[in-house]
Amino acid sequence: MERSYEKYFRQNRLPHLWCPGCGNGIAMKAIVQAIEKKGLSQDNTVIVSGIGCSSRASGYMDFDTLHTAHGRAIPFATGIKLANPDLNVVVITGDGDCTAIGGNHFIHGCRRNVDLTVVLFNNKIYGMTGGQASPMTPLGKKATTAPYGSIDRPFDACKLAIAAGATYVARSTAYHEQHLVDMIANGFDNKGFSFIEALVQCPTAYGRKNKMGSPANMLKWMRDNAVMQAAWEKLPDDKKQGEKFPIGLFYSATATDYTTAYDAVIERAGGAGK
Amino acid sequence: MKSDITIKMARCKGCGICVAFCPREVLALDELGKVKVVNGEACIACGQCELRCPDYAIFVDKLSDGGTAKEAAQ
Repeated sequence: MERSYEKYFRQNRLPHLWCPGCGNGIAMKAIVQAIEKKGLSQDNTVIVSGIGCSSRASGYMDFDTLHTAHGRAIPFATGIKLANPDLNVVVITGDGDCTAIGGNHFIHGCRRNVDLTVVLFNNKIYGMTGGQASPMTPLGKKATTAPYGSIDRPFDACKLAIAAGATYVARSTAYHEQHLVDMIANGFDNKGFSFIEALVQCPTAYGRKNKMGSPANMLKWMRDNAVMQAAWEKLPDDKKQGEKFPIGLFYSATATDYTTAYDAVIERAGGAGK
Repeated sequence: MKSDITIKMARCKGCGICVAFCPREVLALDELGKVKVVNGEACIACGQCELRCPDYAIFVDKLSDGGTAKEAAQ
């Protein structure tokens, strides 16, 4: 039976170009399922993406979509939101796009608390350009630019988002598909900057370099190492070692979002002919 | 058959995720490396294959009447 979320895909663009076993497809499905769950209108939702494997997603999604410059999805999305605050604006980005090339845009988007939902597909590597280490490649893990293992300490994008002022911060993985849908859907409810890190497997670049085996094995790695936030908090520090990492909702707060603040400025300045 | 398995062959890239997560060994990769149903009777319609298929190539529907109506129609 045809799945109801298929209507959110541009059918003539599928199959997508991602490698066999790439987790981006799972994360993209999670986004459209979250959109469906929250009943967001196809005509009133805009998908904005940057550059990279992850950012190809906008081309497959049947909404108004914008495939922007490298690292610059959040500034484009901010412009769209300010021009028409009634739109739901979703940003799809990757670990390199968001935390390296667009690192400043990311933290300032958080700081301003722009009402966006940013989904970061974290495959821990620059997949499209040949497997270079990204700012989210874990310590000691190999990449074409780190043949002896990365010595650069990685960003925790969720902690970065919290510190920079985002008002909804969560993480999930491609293995935990339904949990990922929930994390994204709850992000839509937050009026402010919502950030969701979706861990996805890159079997071609990251997996092969780090001998992680098949795409299924990479998903099983997520299953075995992800710990729900509630359990993570109770875990003694010595159990948090190794490759274990927390998933779930890390932070949510209420703060004035950028459009509301900007409207107040427009009002004080005498209106904008509304 | 308790379930109806639909495969969109044009979308399958043969990554093997569905095969690996199937708890009943219903699926396998064929000679060309694409998914095929090898033991449909064993399917319990858990949907693990569909859940994590990155290519939206496989769909499983549970047959509410245990499949008798479908089988009768065939």
